[in-house]
Amino acid sequence: MPEQKVVETDYLLLEAPREKKFITGSQAMAEAVKRANADIAIAYPITPQSETMHLVGDLWAQGYLKDYYRAEEEYGAMSAIAGAVRGGARAFTATSGPGLLRGLEAIASWPGHRIPAVLGVLTRVVNAPLSIQPDNVEISYLLNCGMVVLHAENQQDVFDFTLASFAISEMVDVYLPIAVCTEGFFVTHAKGYVNMTPEDMKLPPRDPYKAPVPPTDCEIPPARIQRDAPVQKSNFMSYLIHQVWQQEVWSSNMRAMKYIYKYLNGPIEVINPDAEVFVAASGCAAAQAREAVRYAQMEGLNVGLLKIKSIVPFPSKEVRETLKNAKAIIVPEHNIVGWLAKEIKANIPNSDNVIGRPRVYGGMTLPVELIMDEIYAALGIKKDKTVLV
Amino acid sequence: MAKIITPGPSGYVPTPAVFEGVQITPPGKALLYGEWVDEETAMREAALAMLTRKNPTIFPGPLVLWGYNASAIEKAQAVLELAKEIPNCRIIPMPDYRPKYPKIDPEAEINPNHPNLTILHNKIEACIFVGVHCHYANLSLRMIRAGTNCFTIALCAEMGHEDAMVSIRDVHAEKILEFRDVVVKVREELGIKWEPKLPPENPSLPKEHFETLNIADYGDYAYLLHPRKGETVEETE
Repeated sequence: MPEQKVVETDYLLLEAPREKKFITGSQAMAEAVKRANADIAIAYPITPQSETMHLVGDLWAQGYLKDYYRAEEEYGAMSAIAGAVRGGARAFTATSGPGLLRGLEAIASWPGHRIPAVLGVLTRVVNAPLSIQPDNVEISYLLNCGMVVLHAENQQDVFDFTLASFAISEMVDVYLPIAVCTEGFFVTHAKGYVNMTPEDMKLPPRDPYKAPVPPTDCEIPPARIQRDAPVQKSNFMSYLIHQVWQQEVWSSNMRAMKYIYKYLNGPIEVINPDAEVFVAASGCAAAQAREAVRYAQMEGLNVGLLKIKSIVPFPSKEVRETLKNAKAIIVPEHNIVGWLAKEIKANIPNSDNVIGRPRVYGGMTLPVELIMDEIYAALGIKKDKTVLV
Repeated sequence: MAKIITPGPSGYVPTPAVFEGVQITPPGKALLYGEWVDEETAMREAALAMLTRKNPTIFPGPLVLWGYNASAIEKAQAVLELAKEIPNCRIIPMPDYRPKYPKIDPEAEINPNHPNLTILHNKIEACIFVGVHCHYANLSLRMIRAGTNCFTIALCAEMGHEDAMVSIRDVHAEKILEFRDVVVKVREELGIKWEPKLPPENPSLPKEHFETLNIADYGDYAYLLHPRKGETVEETE
């Protein structure tokens, strides 16, 4: 392991020189953890797994982490992460599909407990039927628990989002967990070019005293709340404290947006802002959408891309502004429920213009041609159907 | 100037200031009624509230009350200097954040789980939060705005609080003394005669006799005392 020097957060994330490597999404996530000055990683290798946590285990063996262990199962892993973070450590874990759902009760309690952990979500199918294939329906289960949810398009995003998340999550006015989601297999197992900060530089260590709640003291809420909760009493005061507590979680979530602007160049990316038809997508679907927009532009069609990086907090204002003149908004997704299409519909006035297609799931890939078909239909262009079987 | 965040009561379900678009200021700026202003303007408005509204009170939190380090002690002394200059000011502590049952003594302390009880009982119409961890300050400020007409001022060591009528950020001892000077200036402008003196002792707290003090005298707070070297703790909770 090379000697790592601590550098300022802004320098590492915004100014440090970068070196290009050809690596998988799992490797990109581990490389970000390597530079994050993390103290501990805890995981359970549930099936389906990516190699992310195995690679993070290697980091421990190489001396980058102070501790690493395999928990008894996902609920145990996520609970232990909460304990480690409350004890003052900077912690990382990753999971996917059924593992995420198994740990979800503990994960959903992190925001209220003000746990600034970073969680990698390498999406897979949610059973049944049993499968290990990519499908991002599990992200929909994270949308309402109060944590910040970022969705990475490719290996570069995985690196950037993960490293920045360690900094954003510990900001005193945020202090929430952040999920960095990306598609299993399509991103985790595939290689792409990633511009990475130097291996011998790392973030400043966590300062657990720079926090909106006292660290380590298990006699006060939120720790004490477990056993002596004001919210367990049935009276107006108990309802009121829970109400403002929830408000504080969501206020903190909204405060994360300014750091998403600062460190991730904003919550959205737009290509061709004056487009007649937009393809709006997140994660791996954004890569396919990007390609469809390129095809469309080669054909002289006025089509634009809206890539959404931050799912929670959702960039309502930015999405509304981008889509205000769009005649049609095509939303390709890797899940059956269309959670992104629903979010977009809920945030724009002209929701009838949202076309919640194409959707693929259960491990199916998302061919660019499917998006092109929707673009042609939106523009009233008739094309002959080709049988692909 | 649009006043977004004003004294309550704002109602049954208070809308958080963040949901109304109020944003924490950059360093060097302060929040006044939810708008960004320079610190001097915010301090003058805060001073005016503490000098003209009924029963002005300072609520020091654990970061001021417990002498964690030299800076906390320095800050506590600055808070006393400030209190001396506010006519008839009281100090009611928020010593910790634990829920208290069956309910707190509202003359002795304020608690983030029901801060409005202390405000309403003592008819406090202007208050200062200082040394309270941000999460608990935000809960308290929102509940106070929901159910009382109290003018809230946050002197925050971190980034500030959207739900206070006045919020000043990066406040340490030096800035508290700056605020004290503004209070004195505004008081003189208003023609209020006042000889600086410490607030009255908290009438609800029993006198402490340090010569004969033992662990039982600390009541609920006894657990905060660390065992001395060589001492064995036989009974724990």
